[in-house]
Amino acid sequence: MAKINVKEVLFEPIFNNNPIALQILGVCSALAVTSQLSTALTMSIALTLVTAFSGFFISMIRNFIPNSIRMIVQVMIIAALVIVVDQVLQAFSYGLSRQLSVFVGLIITNCIVMGRAEAFAMSNPPVPSFLDGIGNGLGYSFILIVLGAVRELLGSGSLLGYQIIPLVNDGGWYLPNGMLLLPPSAFFIIGFIIWALRAWKPEQVEEEDFKIAPNSRASDVL
Amino acid sequence: MEHYLSLFVKAVFIENMALAFFLGMCTFLAISKKVSTAINLGIAVVLVQVVTVPINNLIYTYVLKGGALSWAGLSHVDLSFLGFLTYIAVIAAVVQIMEMILDKYVPALYNTLGIYLPLITVNCAIFGGTLFMAERNYDFAESVVYGLGSGFSWALAIALLAAIREKLKYSDVPDGLSGLGITFMTVGLMSLGFMSFSGIQL
Repeated sequence: MAKINVKEVLFEPIFNNNPIALQILGVCSALAVTSQLSTALTMSIALTLVTAFSGFFISMIRNFIPNSIRMIVQVMIIAALVIVVDQVLQAFSYGLSRQLSVFVGLIITNCIVMGRAEAFAMSNPPVPSFLDGIGNGLGYSFILIVLGAVRELLGSGSLLGYQIIPLVNDGGWYLPNGMLLLPPSAFFIIGFIIWALRAWKPEQVEEEDFKIAPNSRASDVL
Repeated sequence: MEHYLSLFVKAVFIENMALAFFLGMCTFLAISKKVSTAINLGIAVVLVQVVTVPINNLIYTYVLKGGALSWAGLSHVDLSFLGFLTYIAVIAAVVQIMEMILDKYVPALYNTLGIYLPLITVNCAIFGGTLFMAERNYDFAESVVYGLGSGFSWALAIALLAAIREKLKYSDVPDGLSGLGITFMTVGLMSLGFMSFSGIQL
């Protein structure tokens, strides 16, 4: 097997092969937990750890798993890891765990974890699988942290609960944009992040299945 | 009866799985290019949801909940920390069994749903439905209605999105935004629309 480039495995998923923006994996939790930076950070750390360790363990036993039941085996390993994360959260920061409610449990069905287990860990040795898990976790965390920061800063003028911009209600100048606290705003922000990423890296632009006839675009006329 | 009807309406419109809770988003965004495939996938989700939520409800009430094992003389045992592991195993098993049953008795439906059924194991809408059921302590009849309603809500949402995307492909979208980007924006607008249901009291 070709030697695996550590740097590439670790950093490729952040911009070039981002799980949310390109692979369409793990979108659900990205929308629901990002109205504050603190929940977004907790979720990122939890998901990165689960992806990394599930990759590690699945890769360790990959040669002993019969092909027909591999999904159930993978899901069991992931579920066991998520139970650990959930119990630790409930024990050490009960408030955060209440806020995240069912979304910690939903890491089990987060497609990033399953997707990486299936696509990478089943065919690579444990240590690269662990790094791949961390890399994809970082790609996910990148989007989550940007979302959480934008939504909390512009939606309530604070970061991690500390007031950054003085609000009108408290005698300051900033009128908070309440829409950013509502979940649909996360869709728009992810849409803009994807637009920015693809403007920067044009090779990620999707091929359109319907071509517009030449000279009929508004931009051709101007 | 009215109670169950309002639970159903609430699950479909006010607490829409895809557009209010954003569950099952990966499949929702990836497999919504054509209305026909979207509807098939929606039917598969409804089927699985109607079976798994009640089964998990029975397991939760009689095995996992704190004090639930009192019928076996173990009234102080609380197994609720095993919830995730059990639910996901039940879902995976039900999907597998359902695939076999459909293959044997309803081959026409199996051929249309075929490739989508395994995907459903990792659809968070299914797992989320079960977790919400456990969190809200539904009884058995309520869980059947909730399973039906939440499955239908997801099917409705994906059919709507596919219909919009079929029209959208003829429009002139900026380069970087075409495909996934514009789909995110569309879903955002749709969920803003669905938020208008949230004021309804049932």
